[in-house]
Amino acid sequence: MTSTSFTLDRLPVGVVARIASLTMTGAERRRMMDLGLLPGAAIEVALENPLGDPTAYRVRGAVIALRREQAQQIQIALEETRRPDAQAAA
Amino acid sequence: MSNVPVSTVHAASACATCPMYNGAQLTKLGINMTDWDYIIALAGNPNTGKSTVFNALTGLRQHTGNWPGKTVVRAEGGFLYDEKRYKLVDLPGTYSLLSTSADEEVARDFILFGQPSVTVVVVDATRLERNLNLALQVLEITDRVVIALNLMDEAKRHGIEVDERHLARELGVPVVPMAARQGEGIQDLLKAIAEVASGAYVTRPRRINHRDPQLEGVVGQLVRQVEYAFPGLPNARWVALRLLDGDESIERAVADGTLGQLAQTQAPQPKPAIRLELETANYGD
Repeated sequence: MTSTSFTLDRLPVGVVARIASLTMTGAERRRMMDLGLLPGAAIEVALENPLGDPTAYRVRGAVIALRREQAQQIQIALEETRRPDAQAAA
Repeated sequence: MSNVPVSTVHAASACATCPMYNGAQLTKLGINMTDWDYIIALAGNPNTGKSTVFNALTGLRQHTGNWPGKTVVRAEGGFLYDEKRYKLVDLPGTYSLLSTSADEEVARDFILFGQPSVTVVVVDATRLERNLNLALQVLEITDRVVIALNLMDEAKRHGIEVDERHLARELGVPVVPMAARQGEGIQDLLKAIAEVASGAYVTRPRRINHRDPQLEGVVGQLVRQVEYAFPGLPNARWVALRLLDGDESIERAVADGTLGQLAQTQAPQPKPAIRLELETANYGD
């Protein structure tokens, strides 16, 4: 299973990715983790913003809006093998 | 427990919504609280129905509404159940007790230093994974916990089934399935609260085992120092872990001695001392 990794702000609409790591630190990192943004969690774009920022993401059944600077500090991985659960969730 | 009519124990869902059933041993006292036997804290993520549970138990009509941050400070009310008087404290909805918002500080300080007899964590059955974060954090602080598995009606509509017995086994505390808006599960919640408060139900809370000898060594060392500086602190281990995590509010409380004051005035169990503190403590400014 090959995977490509990049940051959350570059996740295309309709694609489900998995969080690989958070690169922010301190209280902001804690806050993200409390909101369910943890390594391994599936994440996708829920609502696109016509102004580009912030964007709403769906993670663990919740919709969370993140600014681009925040999304840039979240590393995600796309699994290139076709996973049935990723397809179904999209 | 002994005077619970047998029929209510095996009540079907139709019975559970009947006012006669729910009213069996519950007297709602509203804000009429002169004295109490137990203090119950109500915690949970935003929008899980904490205030609905609060109102169902106290008969009050505390602002229920579908927006975050609604319960900004603690709302308090009382009820009488099985000849015991309970004071119920509705805490602000939070995702965590570890971040730095004022809401989270209010909730955390009350659970940690208010030493409630029981902390009820209201969780959303449709978003369980996300809600268990807070539940586990509460279990790190106190072992007297009841999980109110609310919004079971919505979960059912979404085709979600929750194995509450398994969950109770995993968490080591009672788990009560509820649909508080419909009044379902209130009686079971009361029973679970009463059992944990009286000690009839001994909880075995799940704690995170760090399994790291180096970390445990440092924590142990810090615990001894914290206990030395603040004798009688209810949960020195938790404070030590927060200090290692760089929690600024806890650092401040240690540095300026606030931690000691909170522990000292609230550590002894007699009722008047706790009550006094509840009314005078200035939580989160």
